[in-house]
Amino acid sequence: MKLRANLRAWVLVLAVMHAVVACAGFFAPYDPGEQDREHPYAPPSAIHFRDGYGSLHIRPFVYPLQPVAGFSDRYREERAAPAPIRFFVTGQGYRLLGLLPCRLHLFAADGARVALLGTDGYGRDQFSRLLWGGQISLFAGLMATALALTFGLFVGATAGYWGGWTDEILMRIAELFLALPWLYLLFAIRAFLPLTVSPLGAFFLVTGVIGLVGWARPARLVRGVVLSARERDYVRAARGFGASHAYILRRHILPQTASVLLTQAAILAPQYVLAEVILSFLGLGVPEPAPSWGNLLATIQQYNVLTSYWWMMLPVLVLTPFFLGYLGLASALQGWADPSKMEAVGPGSRW
Amino acid sequence: MTRYLVRRTLHAVLLLAGVSLLTFLFTALVPGNYFDEMKMNPQISPETVAALRAKYGVDQPLAFRYVHWVGGLLHGDLGFSFAYNTPVGPLLRVRAANTLLLTSVAMLLAWGVALPLGIWSAERENGWPDHLITLATGALLIVPDLVLALGLLLVAVRSGWLPAGGMAAVGAEPTTWAALGRDYALHLLLPVTALVLSCAPMLVRHVRAAMLDVLDSSFLRAARGHGIPPRRLLYGYALRAAANPLLALFGFSIGTLLSGSLIIEVVMSWPGLGPFLLEAILGRDLYVVIGGVLLSTAFLVAGNLVADVLLYWADPRIRAERGNG
Repeated sequence: MKLRANLRAWVLVLAVMHAVVACAGFFAPYDPGEQDREHPYAPPSAIHFRDGYGSLHIRPFVYPLQPVAGFSDRYREERAAPAPIRFFVTGQGYRLLGLLPCRLHLFAADGARVALLGTDGYGRDQFSRLLWGGQISLFAGLMATALALTFGLFVGATAGYWGGWTDEILMRIAELFLALPWLYLLFAIRAFLPLTVSPLGAFFLVTGVIGLVGWARPARLVRGVVLSARERDYVRAARGFGASHAYILRRHILPQTASVLLTQAAILAPQYVLAEVILSFLGLGVPEPAPSWGNLLATIQQYNVLTSYWWMMLPVLVLTPFFLGYLGLASALQGWADPSKMEAVGPGSRW
Repeated sequence: MTRYLVRRTLHAVLLLAGVSLLTFLFTALVPGNYFDEMKMNPQISPETVAALRAKYGVDQPLAFRYVHWVGGLLHGDLGFSFAYNTPVGPLLRVRAANTLLLTSVAMLLAWGVALPLGIWSAERENGWPDHLITLATGALLIVPDLVLALGLLLVAVRSGWLPAGGMAAVGAEPTTWAALGRDYALHLLLPVTALVLSCAPMLVRHVRAAMLDVLDSSFLRAARGHGIPPRRLLYGYALRAAANPLLALFGFSIGTLLSGSLIIEVVMSWPGLGPFLLEAILGRDLYVVIGGVLLSTAFLVAGNLVADVLLYWADPRIRAERGNG
């Protein structure tokens, strides 16, 4: 019972985190591409409750930032004009979940821009870009996971069920893919694909490349399961009664691979999200102006950004809760699939 | 022994051949190459581009190019870098040496940390050291390499305690050996720390699991019953029996370290294979990419080979099973 509750808790945590990212338009105050050239590299807005006279307000407020003369990136707060933060305001239009036209935002300030995580070199709100970027990064990671698992399931089931030389050849190829250092292989494949592509093209490219690289491990695991399932008595009986291959596979064998596939999904998804982040970070993935978690971080490769604008590092912190969620889910799933291994290593293989 | 060794080596060579074939096949998918950009340049005549293409053999069919390249490889020639206009081999050698320096130091340290911690954790199962170590490794496991590297870099840059990148001080060349060594060590510290922190937690958990498996077994309970002192029991008996999965893990950890070092090298501008490969990819420097990928695979395969040999040496069961077969 405890196992099941554990699993449910992790699923809930992950669902909430993904829902926030999926509804980025609502939670983000601004459009990810909206520039504010007057405020490049503005630090995170300070949220105030106490005004200049010392009286306390229930409604939080921010002060508008005025550029300090002679600097491009120094600001002082305009104490005379506090901008109260309002909740559930109408603002710029967006499409909720990519479908519903909507104008409602969770919060915005009256008469000033509120940048919870500061702004980048174009004055774009990092918080909004982080949420919108999550859509691309998470979606790419999940799509790549689905792709790798589908491909892995197909190959693994073929190899395990038919056996013989099909099995031999497929598993040799899988071994080849497993032998390569993961990231190097990713790079190598990326190297021979077009460098400059549209954001949408890049998205599918990255997803495809990651999925293509990752099929080998799930394929081996699925093969193992299918191989043992194939020899069970009830499968032999079904075959004896004249069941077709398709029926046996669908009815008796593939359902057994479910737990392996689910566990693999929980292990692979964060890795693939990270793979997208790394590719975009290095300029090989989703390009500007579309936001993604990787290219949000790309600017800190510049030394002056790293030394002067510490808040550009903050987007890094969202990766950790997602990793925590998936790690928890993976170990809960392992416990659920095989309670005797609950104390095992956890999703050990990182790359 | 020799038969086992020969078989494993043959396997490794076949694997490398497969990898090289795979990378070459990917090059066939290339829409465009290094010389396509040259064609756009009005200052370079089409004849020059055609001559260059002919010189580097880019205009030949893929199969021919592969055979030619393999032929060169057997003579120690990895092809020609378009961007550097020199053979790939010497270029890669320098970079690979730097990567090897980084990863081998990190490897030693990571195992040096992971073994005692894992053993200690298993010895005090469910005691406070165990809980503390499990918590710490769990915390480190959820922090991706990239985040770890960036965080360390930020600390180094803002505090100014450590050099924030590169491999040696620029400008003032150290004159004595001691100063030179100190300079290298200082520059190594940051990337090595990042690598160890990203790799060691996984190792600790595996060591703990392997030791727990063994500590639970009946022969150790019997040994304990015979009054063998705990320390000898742990290091003399249990560790020896737990060696099998750990040696397999050793081979695996090389791949983890190589991939991890790639991103850490780029972030911390360590002049290893990682940044070089990235630059080659962005510049479409075909043979450098192929050489780099192949070399990293060779490291990995060599590491696995060493692990296999160690396994053979450590586990009599394998000797009996595979040595004759």
